[in-house]
Amino acid sequence: MQVTDAGLLTHLAYAALALTAVAAGVAVFVVDSMARATWALGTSFVCVGLALVLMGQSYLGVITVLMMVMEMAVMAVYMQMFMGMNPALMPMSMVHSHRTAVLAGVGTFAALAAAALLIPWPDRRTTPLSSPDADVTAAMGRDIMGAHELVMLAVGPVMVATVVVGVVLSVRGSRYDRLGDDLDLDPDRKAHR
Amino acid sequence: MTLETVLLTAAALIGVGVYGAMSQQVVVMVMMGIELAVAGVLLALGGLWWFTSPDVSLQTLGLVVLAAMTVEMATGFAVATLLHRRDGTDMTDMAAGLHE
Repeated sequence: MQVTDAGLLTHLAYAALALTAVAAGVAVFVVDSMARATWALGTSFVCVGLALVLMGQSYLGVITVLMMVMEMAVMAVYMQMFMGMNPALMPMSMVHSHRTAVLAGVGTFAALAAAALLIPWPDRRTTPLSSPDADVTAAMGRDIMGAHELVMLAVGPVMVATVVVGVVLSVRGSRYDRLGDDLDLDPDRKAHR
Repeated sequence: MTLETVLLTAAALIGVGVYGAMSQQVVVMVMMGIELAVAGVLLALGGLWWFTSPDVSLQTLGLVVLAAMTVEMATGFAVATLLHRRDGTDMTDMAAGLHE
């Protein structure tokens, strides 16, 4: 499929996805409910994933959708655990330095949009790699098991380190808190706490 | 669907994400802003891949961006749990641990 041959349907589908992604992204910070904000963010991510599928990257797109839906499910639980009120029942505006933040957001968008429109991007018909592999997913699998295996080898330990970081940060006290500096205290006495 | 429209969408997502990360008081909402910005990066990367140079190694870079999103989220949840446990708060304004 050539880029220039993208049909009207593709254009329409992309327009819908893009508008929904941005609108849902804005809704995250507008709605009055943590749960709604979470699912708005999820909607935005799903649209980004589907847009990737539209651009021939089915693996990356589908994994974005799957991962983000799960992440939003976890996030919804978190939101409701930590919000000390019932935000669904009252309007909430929990922002600080609102004007600065709006200016920063608009400024970021303006700078990036200017770059997107003003930079003479190369067309892939003129670059050496004019068309993607016939099966992008398979090519990607070969790539991460071959030429870019080191990348995946690095990402693996980073993920493990993240698990350790998560546990270390969030655990309530360590064994040294429970058992004393020499690990010989009776954990039930809690004399050292 | 052209490269320009994809990049504009990505720019809008990043802009909204920057606004959210800077303005929100609740830690988890700050994380949502950051996630939104990273999603914009992912979309821009996908658009550049499809429209300029569909080289498979850029797909691997996309995987790394996705991994960064996961790491950000997991660490953010852990920090939110820590704040909540230590200070009983979920607001950035009240998290003054480094300041003290």
